[in-house]
Amino acid sequence: MRESLIFDLSSPGRRACSLPAFDAPAKPLTELVPQDCLRQHDADLPEVSEIDVVRHVTRLSQINFSVDTHFYPLGSCTMKYNPKINDRIASLPGFANIHPYQPASTTQGALAAFELLEQTLCAITGMDAFTLQPAAGAHGELTGLLLIRAYHTARGNPRRKVIVPDSAHGTNPSSAHLAGYHVVTVPSNNRGEVDLEKFRAVLDDEVAAVMLTNPSTHGVFETNILEIAAMAHKAGALLYYDGANLNALVGLARPGDMGFDVVHLNVHKTFSTPHGGGGPGAGPVGVKKALEPFLPVPRLKIVEREALSIERKNADASRFTLHAPRLAWDYDRPQTIGKMRSFYGSTGVLIRALTYILAHGDEGMRRVSEVAIINANYIKAKLKDLYDDPFPQACMHEIVFSARLQKKQGSSARDIAKRLLDFGFHAPTIYFPMTVPEALMIEPTETESRETLDRFIAAMRQIAEEITRNAETLHNAPFTMPVTRVDEVKAARELDVNFVKRDA
Amino acid sequence: MNVPSDLKYTESHEWVKLGKNNETATIGLTDFAQEELTDIVYLDLPKVGDEIEAGTECAVVESVKAASDIYAPLSGKVTEVNQAVLDDPAIVNEDAFGKGWLFKIKLADPVELDELLSDSDYEEILSEKESQDEDEEEEK
Amino acid sequence: MDYIPNTDADLSAMLREIGVAGFDELVAAVPASLRKFKMELPSAMSEPELQRELGAMAARNQPLDALTSFLGAGAYEHFIPSAIDHLVSRGELYTAYTPYQAEASQGTLQLLYEYQSLICRLTGMDISNASLYDGGSAVGESAYLALNAHSKRSRIVVSGALHPEYRQVLKTYTAGMGTEIVELPVRDGVTDLDALAAAVNENTAAVLLQSPNFFGCIEPMQRAGELIKPKGAWFVAVVNPLSLGTLRPPGEYGADFAVGEGQPLGIPVSYGGPYLGFLTSTRQLVHKISGRIVGRSVDTEGREAFCLTLQAREQHIRREKAASNICSNQSLMALRAAIFLMLLGKRGMREMAELNLRRSHQAAEAISRVPGFALKFPRAPFFNEFVVTCPAPAQTICDRLERDGILAGLPLGRFCAGMERDLLVCVTETKSTADIERLAEALGRAASGEVQP
Repeated sequence: MRESLIFDLSSPGRRACSLPAFDAPAKPLTELVPQDCLRQHDADLPEVSEIDVVRHVTRLSQINFSVDTHFYPLGSCTMKYNPKINDRIASLPGFANIHPYQPASTTQGALAAFELLEQTLCAITGMDAFTLQPAAGAHGELTGLLLIRAYHTARGNPRRKVIVPDSAHGTNPSSAHLAGYHVVTVPSNNRGEVDLEKFRAVLDDEVAAVMLTNPSTHGVFETNILEIAAMAHKAGALLYYDGANLNALVGLARPGDMGFDVVHLNVHKTFSTPHGGGGPGAGPVGVKKALEPFLPVPRLKIVEREALSIERKNADASRFTLHAPRLAWDYDRPQTIGKMRSFYGSTGVLIRALTYILAHGDEGMRRVSEVAIINANYIKAKLKDLYDDPFPQACMHEIVFSARLQKKQGSSARDIAKRLLDFGFHAPTIYFPMTVPEALMIEPTETESRETLDRFIAAMRQIAEEITRNAETLHNAPFTMPVTRVDEVKAARELDVNFVKRDA
Repeated sequence: MNVPSDLKYTESHEWVKLGKNNETATIGLTDFAQEELTDIVYLDLPKVGDEIEAGTECAVVESVKAASDIYAPLSGKVTEVNQAVLDDPAIVNEDAFGKGWLFKIKLADPVELDELLSDSDYEEILSEKESQDEDEEEEK
Repeated sequence: MDYIPNTDADLSAMLREIGVAGFDELVAAVPASLRKFKMELPSAMSEPELQRELGAMAARNQPLDALTSFLGAGAYEHFIPSAIDHLVSRGELYTAYTPYQAEASQGTLQLLYEYQSLICRLTGMDISNASLYDGGSAVGESAYLALNAHSKRSRIVVSGALHPEYRQVLKTYTAGMGTEIVELPVRDGVTDLDALAAAVNENTAAVLLQSPNFFGCIEPMQRAGELIKPKGAWFVAVVNPLSLGTLRPPGEYGADFAVGEGQPLGIPVSYGGPYLGFLTSTRQLVHKISGRIVGRSVDTEGREAFCLTLQAREQHIRREKAASNICSNQSLMALRAAIFLMLLGKRGMREMAELNLRRSHQAAEAISRVPGFALKFPRAPFFNEFVVTCPAPAQTICDRLERDGILAGLPLGRFCAGMERDLLVCVTETKSTADIERLAEALGRAASGEVQP
């Protein structure tokens, strides 16, 4: 049965909250503010009781897929398990209930957590400094490109162009455009890597940055990365790392060592913070030394270092807590690009990421990428006889198949994705990257067991067989969800995005 | 594919119907373009009085899964916009060469007419495109 | 510790099935030189160790429950109904992905549709997206949209009473666009409308005004709108959504866009984030706004069903031609706000907003009676924040009160040159008459002997 809209549950006079009474003499409001500043009619919000709301939201939650209930083989999104300790730590009043403008003397724990997170992210990526301010991956990209713009401007010429590969996430060209750059696309070769010759041809002294992700969105390692970096740097361009695929590299190799000058991370991918149905995430940005002066304000600064202060070398967090330096925010940064958002960053999300990192240590981090890569190659090995595998080499943490063989039989990547829902698996990423026709992009992550992968593989094999038998039936998949396929054309043409009572 | 012979075309799949003495033109999207886009859900058209320049983006057409720019086939001043397609973009899918016209202009420079394609030129482009698509299909 | 179910035995068996001798064969493409590095992270901790160590780190902060705080300025301490934390802790909601697969995401989709509808009712606007990052970035985003929609205009006019951090975001966001940002002076706590009239021209893409503004004052929004409209620029109202329980909503004074910080709606202060950016517009501009939008439609059987809609505006389709690069939003924070609005409801929102208004006026009166303290902008109406001029540098006063566990407010010297003696005080429904009396007494004590020219 469909869950009603909250507005349909409304009944006049019903309420869910009580508030303290005003215990002083109450003047008429119009004596406090002029009449024309006041709202004439109450906002038409629902009138419901607490149990109505609790049941309404709980029931709606029950018609959702989620990591806690289902496997998401969702390429480029790294839908790994979200450890519960992370939420517990982030919800401690010492983190959740502090005001951003509290004096630093009352927030040393939060500042220390930020400092430690910056340091650990530097260690993981091989960068020199991090800002935790950006609210998401795309926000990190924009931050990174504005840093690059400030860097070049300080050298006399902001430059005009940004190079992105044809397989790039849509946010890359979009962010470059917003930072005022013209986007130049470079094609991939038949191994799914950047075509070096074509790259050389578009590289000139008006290129401000080259944006890459490694492994690329084809799920393969850019074997020429060192050469690409050398070429870019020779042309005076900076190399930008889209951290969407970092889960393939944590503990294995570092973007900083590859020659990347700026990186953004997606902590809601690599560092296990929950996706929340679309957000919040966080997109910290790391830079090499030369770009550090341009980072957004405020920056952390050490105002007093105690005698036994921590060195990053082999430090453990307990020593950090005991001997932490006194920290403060520094706004006096003359070359800063400014601010990307209010305050300092998505603290609640960042604390979760820190908790996750501290759980792992070097060995644990290495194991994350190792298992992610083995899991992806296992799926590749078990499905490549049925689904076209466009790139011959081993994949990294994700595998991109093309459903073109199935398309010839009459079923599309979309049909396969929808049918998978019936087997209790979220759909893979489909039709991305755009360089692979009928793309099915599968990323198992390290947190799925072999048994889960086997069940997924069995489902994919059964679907391939169903298509061979009768491709038509898949056009109506899924069959077991609360709704069948939704009419997106009607949704766009007869736009209903704000509930207005029909009889009104 | 339907390609009326009384119209002129562009490589970017716009059609042009010339008015009296080639002073005005009606502009629309070809049947091929509407079919590629699938169900059109939104059009962003220039306004009456706007000056548009041949070969530049002057409008946007959106389907559920794609957005595509419309390039001005000719330069000129917009004299009329088809309110019916703004209200109901499906008309472009149903009747691309007729009721689905997009806007009319007063031509700035009739010399540009030489740049437009005839129906047979355009048909050739479409057939090349079709054979290319098939090749691609075979290649991989 | 880690969160990996596969054992070494599982992995060995899988490597055999893959057909390689070992893991290194899978990553042969990674140059050996890149694999020689040392991370030297702190050593791995077990869950009890994490609880102890990070718990100790949290304990080095003094949360608001241990203090009496009058801080606001863009982040507000408000009552958060218990049901919110309970409901958003459901794994089905907080561990779900973006609802691209509509059939498997009807819960998230319907709740976001309800969020959009609730925000529209509160703001009086026609259209809301499903959220942006926060108030500051929502301001930056509105500039992107205005500049994109008015492709030939390059000026943004902004009130000097817009939150200084939001103004800074606006400048940072537009650094690569050749945008001219004109900042309007503030007179008696509100934006100078004569300056506004002079600054808005045919090259102006948008005018941004905040009400209540950074100083807590309610701006003459109706008149501002009347000055902006004839020039064809967008009128962007930056509003505190909680204030709309009692203040006139932007939909009634002709705003084209209403944006802002949704944190007051059931989101913890959490040291500045994650928060909730909201963005609303008139119906006419629905194709010009950014961010995900949920639409109500039907499935193939004709049943009511929800899906993301108007996706062709977004970066994953339009790439460098998109008006915005936004992808992730703040879905879970939007859900908190939606549940907040459901729980407070029609009457609760009015009561809570009125309580803020009354408490702040009660406090303003009490502080005005303390010798040496005066309201900075006595003529401007305000909601739950106001500026007090102190008899000594505001920072000094605050430092003294901090010793008594009172955060008196935000000293404005850091943000506004020449306002070193001014203090921004916020009083929400979380404060009692006793709290207000305590603040007034403490201010009196802090000032005595400190009254200098």
